[in-house]
Amino acid sequence: MATARLKNLQKDALRVVIVGAGPAGTRCAETLVAAGIRPILLDENRRDGGQIYRRQPEGFTRDYATLYGSEAEKARALHQSFDRLRERIDYRPDTLVWSLTPGQLCCVSQGKHTTVDYDALILCTGATDRLMPIEGWQLAGTYSLGGAQIALKAQAVSIGRRVVFLGSGPLLYLVASQYLKAGATVAAVLDTSPLRKRIAALPKLLARPGLLFTGMKLLAQLYLARIPVHLGVEPQQVLGDAASGVSAVRVRTSHGDNLQFDCDALALGYHLRPETQLADLAGCRMRFQEVSQQWVLDTDGEGRTSVRGVYAAGDGARIRGADAAEHAGRLVALALLQDLQQPVHGEALALQRRVLAVMDEFSHGLCQAFPWPAAQAKALADEAIVCRCEMITAGELRSVVREKGACEVNRAKAFSRVGMGRCQGRYCSQAGAEVIAAAAGVAVERVGRQRGQAPVKPLSMLTEELKQAEEVAP
Amino acid sequence: MSARFVRLAEGERPTVRLMVDGEPIEALQGDTLMVALLTRVSALRQSEFDPGRRAGFCLMGACQDCWVWTRSGERLRACSNEVREGLDIVTRQPEAIWPLRG
Ligand SMILES: Cc1cc2nc3c(=O)[nH]c(=O)nc-3n(C[C@H](O)[C@H](O)[C@H](O)COP(=O)(O)OP(=O)(O)OC[C@H]3O[C@@H](n4cnc5c(N)ncnc54)[C@H](O)[C@@H]3O)c2cc1C
Ligand code: FES
Repeated sequence: MATARLKNLQKDALRVVIVGAGPAGTRCAETLVAAGIRPILLDENRRDGGQIYRRQPEGFTRDYATLYGSEAEKARALHQSFDRLRERIDYRPDTLVWSLTPGQLCCVSQGKHTTVDYDALILCTGATDRLMPIEGWQLAGTYSLGGAQIALKAQAVSIGRRVVFLGSGPLLYLVASQYLKAGATVAAVLDTSPLRKRIAALPKLLARPGLLFTGMKLLAQLYLARIPVHLGVEPQQVLGDAASGVSAVRVRTSHGDNLQFDCDALALGYHLRPETQLADLAGCRMRFQEVSQQWVLDTDGEGRTSVRGVYAAGDGARIRGADAAEHAGRLVALALLQDLQQPVHGEALALQRRVLAVMDEFSHGLCQAFPWPAAQAKALADEAIVCRCEMITAGELRSVVREKGACEVNRAKAFSRVGMGRCQGRYCSQAGAEVIAAAAGVAVERVGRQRGQAPVKPLSMLTEELKQAEEVAP
Repeated sequence: MSARFVRLAEGERPTVRLMVDGEPIEALQGDTLMVALLTRVSALRQSEFDPGRRAGFCLMGACQDCWVWTRSGERLRACSNEVREGLDIVTRQPEAIWPLRG
């Protein structure tokens, strides 16, 4: 959809579609509504809020402070803004966008397939956990770190009786302290990032002193509660058996000691990766972000992708966190309005850009302080599972590189099936790329990235017929 | 098999009855199927590729490790579907008489 076409459309005839009702999508919708546009807002979830400000189900009674801690006021403000918008936008929850062609989205809602036409598309699709395998991570009881948080936030349960937190990133300390506060037993917090990385990142982290302070407070809470916290660990193995799952986690400390923590659950995660599949299907250009060592969307400073009429904001474009997502949502809406030749206050644009520059600096600091542990992929034992969907090992992946010369991720995927399973590469493709790069002896950006494929999530092809059959069945 | 998940709060909700693999169970209103199951047992399903049991991974609809089925063959993600009174769930894929695709 060329901008030229956008300009010719009347505001009320213009079909603006936002995918994702998290902080980015909500603020984007709000800004468009203020300019007289009624966007369509699609989200796979039943309720608005996105990841961080996920709402608990009806009938749950915990208050904002309990649920969102230091972010309670932001959560309340976002939910209230959304509630005010409800009547002024075309909000369609429970709607997965599973593919797209230029000008049209393919959706599925409660088993029914629908299409939604668009003139302008704004992708606010957020992020998922970024994972690096550890030997034994396929055992039942290993959850993604974000998943461990969802269990608590959305369902008021702990993922186990004794939980180990392993990985790196701010979320590691946040979720561990949320578990502690909720009365769960935290067996240990094991961070692969050494202290010196954090010290080196301090100048950048000081871009947002408030957040830095919150982070230090979390750490202090864990120490005060006498939770074992180790920095700079090397993950060794998740122990357990096929029938009952996780029974312990073993790491090597920075002093070279082997430590083992008994537990029945492991929360594992290394910060986040953007959900870029839809943008990829739309043909939007991606770029390798040096500081985070991953592929992100190549947008201009305001959220325009390389494809005209397709915009992106929030963690789905690149990982900058929830506050930045709100600002990026507002900014991308202003960018669209500009492209539509609508009056936009230069000051409003400049303000959002200024705020985002500070948040960029901070997010780079986080990447430095809690680096992606690429070296682990190289050190991974041949028997370790890389693809937990189909149980494909690091050794099998290495052998397609060595024997078939498959040094590009999509080729290696075709031979090894890593990235072809149920998760469609969300949890294995980045680590897989590192394993391939290490085996081929090249830099990870040289092995490429896994292409997005439709459907972006597996579809159950059963539709209404089945529901009817279920109703008439005795 | 002992429970995997531990309830920490919100225990005051009304109960909902449903069937899982032919057995009646009770859950709390607002529970996801995953929570309804894993507060009773330690896994959701058998892996198709190894002897391992599986209990989900991401809880946000991204990994698809938590599939269960209605008795008539509709596939559900246990982490993103709530319990309903009278729901009849099986944890093994029923004989596929419908065109299933994954
Ligand atoms: C599990 C998890 C836990 C997190 N916890 C915290 C935390 O405690 N504190 C913190 O500061 N940050 C946290 N983060 C990061 C934080 O969530 C993000 O920075 C913030 O939510 C980004 O906002 P967003 O609007 O870009 O995306 P999100 O809030 O992630 O919203 C994206 C929305 O898009 C929808 N969507 C995606 N793809 C599709 C599709 N194909 N079709 C339809 N809908 C789709 C999703 O359902 C979702 O509602 C967490 C991230 C994750 C993944
Ligand atoms: S646990 Fe990942 S999709 Fe349900």
